[in-house]
Amino acid sequence: MHLLVVEDDRDTREFIQNGLLQAGHTVDVAADGRSGLLLATTEQFDLVVLDRMLPQVDGLTVLRTLRASGNRVPVLLLSALGEVDQRVSGLRAGADDYLVKPFAFSELEARIEALARRSVPEGPVTVLKVGDLEMDLMARVVKRGGNEIELQPREFRLLEFLMRHAGQVVTRTMLLEHVWDYHFDPQTNVIDVHVSRLRAKIDRGFEQPLLHTVRGAGYRLAADAGAHGR
Amino acid sequence: MVADASRGLRARLQGLLRTSAFQLTLFYTGLFICSAALLTMFFYWSTIGLLVRETDATLQAEVNGLAEQYGEHGLQRLVQVIVHRLENDRSGSMLYLFATRDNQPLAGNLLAWPQTAAKADGWVEFVHHRPDGRDVPARARVYWLQDGLHLLVGRNVEQLEQLKSIFNRALLLGVGVIMVLATIGGLIMSNRLLQRVATLTAATGDIMAGHLDRRLALDGSGDEFDVLSGRVNAMLDRLEALLATVRHVSDNVAHDLRTPLTRLRNRLELAARGAPDALRAELEASVEDADRLLATFASLLRIARIESGSYAAEFEALDLATLLQDANELYADLAQDQDLVLHAAADGPAPVRGDRNLLFQAMTNLIDNALKHAPPRSTVEVTVRRDGAFVVFDVRDRGPGIPEEARERVTQRFTRLDQSRSLPGSGLGLSLVKAVAELHGGALAFGDNAPGLVAALSLPAADAQ
Repeated sequence: MHLLVVEDDRDTREFIQNGLLQAGHTVDVAADGRSGLLLATTEQFDLVVLDRMLPQVDGLTVLRTLRASGNRVPVLLLSALGEVDQRVSGLRAGADDYLVKPFAFSELEARIEALARRSVPEGPVTVLKVGDLEMDLMARVVKRGGNEIELQPREFRLLEFLMRHAGQVVTRTMLLEHVWDYHFDPQTNVIDVHVSRLRAKIDRGFEQPLLHTVRGAGYRLAADAGAHGR
Repeated sequence: MVADASRGLRARLQGLLRTSAFQLTLFYTGLFICSAALLTMFFYWSTIGLLVRETDATLQAEVNGLAEQYGEHGLQRLVQVIVHRLENDRSGSMLYLFATRDNQPLAGNLLAWPQTAAKADGWVEFVHHRPDGRDVPARARVYWLQDGLHLLVGRNVEQLEQLKSIFNRALLLGVGVIMVLATIGGLIMSNRLLQRVATLTAATGDIMAGHLDRRLALDGSGDEFDVLSGRVNAMLDRLEALLATVRHVSDNVAHDLRTPLTRLRNRLELAARGAPDALRAELEASVEDADRLLATFASLLRIARIESGSYAAEFEALDLATLLQDANELYADLAQDQDLVLHAAADGPAPVRGDRNLLFQAMTNLIDNALKHAPPRSTVEVTVRRDGAFVVFDVRDRGPGIPEEARERVTQRFTRLDQSRSLPGSGLGLSLVKAVAELHGGALAFGDNAPGLVAALSLPAADAQ
């Protein structure tokens, strides 16, 4: 993927750049809002990582300008710790996702992957398929190897999210935000419980596990266990 | 009831009598009575005493004059003088008696020599039977002449005696009134003092219970209590500032360590990707450790931001019953895995205005806490109910509960009771719940579930007046 990182703090910028390069992406960087805006409007990117506080032109202005000119590139907004929580205003300005610094690289990476993939038009998908696992969104039926699997409504939503991001790492925070629609920090790994219940339903009795735990990051639903070099 | 009331009254009275104000009043009353007595004695000496002394001097002079007449002119002359004197005594208060050795009257208006014997100094006090039949007190000087003849010059002192008794009555009454007034005054003063002390005691008790923002009330009178309260308040301000500093230190540490710790965590994560299996497991475990630390820091900072008001909470109309349902759905499986039952119930819609995510965080923290402490095969009850103008979220478990004296303490940062030291957790969960409750104008309270704990998060109901 071709990514643009607009971040004024050198350490953070280089760290994001290195991490993304290691993950096999092409990365352009900008250290201020003006050059970031210039790059974003003149080149084609799969995603922009945009810091909220930038010299010259601040992140929100860059974002609004981009959106005003009809640019729909996915934007992941970064905000420094200590600023008031302005998640909603960031999203209103046109950001697709929002991350508070400092963040775990795996969280950033997972969100970048999720956003970049989303930009591929989903179309009127009615059936999701991962390996021999099939989800019919219209009939709300899940089958593996032709056998129907009974799922609770929440399990269905959890699996749907995982299948829509098949092959990608999804973090626990992402699952909470998208499947449960709450932004909070569970004191215990309550998400793990739900994932292992789901895993028991879709993987039990099958040679090939589909739902993988990625240590220190989250989960990944994929037919091939070894992807991502892990 | 009555016995209780009288016992209460007695205890209250004893409290009053013990106050320094009452003791001071008693002391001053004594002092006042003493000085009043001195004053009265002087007053007595200079009024009634003067009258007595004048009377005595008159009688002495008279008796001396008569004795002189007798010495110079003999018996006949003395009798004439006495008769003359009696004729001229318009007040009729003078008493004379000139008698022989065997008390036969020779002259005078006394019919008989008084029964009472005269004292060695020649003064005698006796009851005079007046011709009109009235008995009046009298005082007289006795003088012995030659040949056993003796002379008595006296005076009716009825008025003087009346004056004396009026004086004595006034004195007694005065002292009595002073004592009564002093006692009442002392009681009133002590009571006022006790009330002020009680107010101060209540306020300081409140402060000791953890409400460090409370202050002693000043009435603006500038009296010693006001001055003292002012000083105590200043001391509390200082104490609060110091405590805030201590808290800020931990918040700042969390703030300042977060970025480098995140960098360290991210380096480990990236390093793990290319590492051989054995090393990778170690690195990944380290990443998880760092994540736990970062989560603690994040909680600490979130609490600090909520408490300081810098957290931009997004208030919206919510139904706490819906949040309860979501929380129940999220935690039911976890409870089941721990061999527990999570049972949720709401007695209808529970409208509140609040930050959805913060309230959900607070509710799940309480549920999480209950699940950690509940004994196996027990039920954790979570309910949402209306209580007047409040909506209350209750979490009841059958665990060890929290001893009453520790209930205030458990909401302080990093407080972990002995019973939960072995359990996972940062000791910040309840601090966050309390901060969230207060942000919403609500409260977090703990009670006894007999056995177990009932944690109640109450929030102002959105539809309450």
